[in-house]
Amino acid sequence: MSKEFAVAFVMGIGTIGPAIGIGLIFAKAMEAIGRNPEAASKIQTNMILGAAFAEAIAIYALVVSLILKFV
Amino acid sequence: MAALHISISAEKVFSIAGLSVSNAMLTSMVVSGLLIAFALWVRLSLKRTNRPTGVQNLAEYIVEALHDLVQGVTQNTRKTEMFFPVIATFFLFILLNNWIGLLPGVGSIGFFEGEGATKVFVPYFRAGTADLNMTIALGLISVILTQFVGVAHLKLSYFAKFINLSNPIQFFVGILEIVSELSHVISFAFRLFGNVFAGEVLLAVIGFLVPVIAPMPFYGLEIFVGLIQALVFAMLSVVFFNMATLGHGDEH
Repeated sequence: MSKEFAVAFVMGIGTIGPAIGIGLIFAKAMEAIGRNPEAASKIQTNMILGAAFAEAIAIYALVVSLILKFV
Repeated sequence: MAALHISISAEKVFSIAGLSVSNAMLTSMVVSGLLIAFALWVRLSLKRTNRPTGVQNLAEYIVEALHDLVQGVTQNTRKTEMFFPVIATFFLFILLNNWIGLLPGVGSIGFFEGEGATKVFVPYFRAGTADLNMTIALGLISVILTQFVGVAHLKLSYFAKFINLSNPIQFFVGILEIVSELSHVISFAFRLFGNVFAGEVLLAVIGFLVPVIAPMPFYGLEIFVGLIQALVFAMLSVVFFNMATLGHGDEH
């Protein structure tokens, strides 16, 4: 029981930060594309790279919870 | 959830002279073989022409795109020529490893080991990057090569970044630099492993809940994630290589 709680807790807490981060990245990227539509492809590439880095933090939480669950 | 089989570590398939070969090792050897075969095929069908066709066209496209990626970061032809082979190898190897894990049969064809309650299913193949050993190895290669690149460009003054006795603040900054190099290994390894393994778990769970149609969009997502993670690994490696070639003074 406590193990399941820990798994859910890690995911719940660990995804808050990356969620806010990814939201900010996309919001700013949309703003930039709106201001300068010609640069859309360049902004998109960098946006996806940035999102991948922010997402990595959530993935660390996921790895921790998977290790808790399966090991 | 009894039928759902998820293993966080790669399983032993067979052993050669005491060395156990896991399913992730088997897959990465297949991937290496495929890449070598592709390279030989391209080399043998190479023609000197202004209008490349077929496989030569594809190979030139891949090489050019990766070359532009490296050149875009370094802005220096000499550095690009030095980094390009390693970065391209990282990218192609990780990409093919990620994508081969999505093929039908990888992770689903295997044998049963043990009897009764301890009976476990062992697949013959498992995506190489879904094994933490493999991703830590890749991270170590990248970070150690960073040190070599730094020494090659700055000679012994490269180590001034780590050990600096000029004043106490610089000394502690040096310790932080050492810790950050070590943490790069962990972040490289866990980013790649987490993304690929999480993808496998996601597909397994979705396939377990709704076996038909529903997993299809997730396969699309996983193809995209595989590409992005290969790109992120290659991109970060080239950025770190490039940072190592810059002296401490002109870094800011």
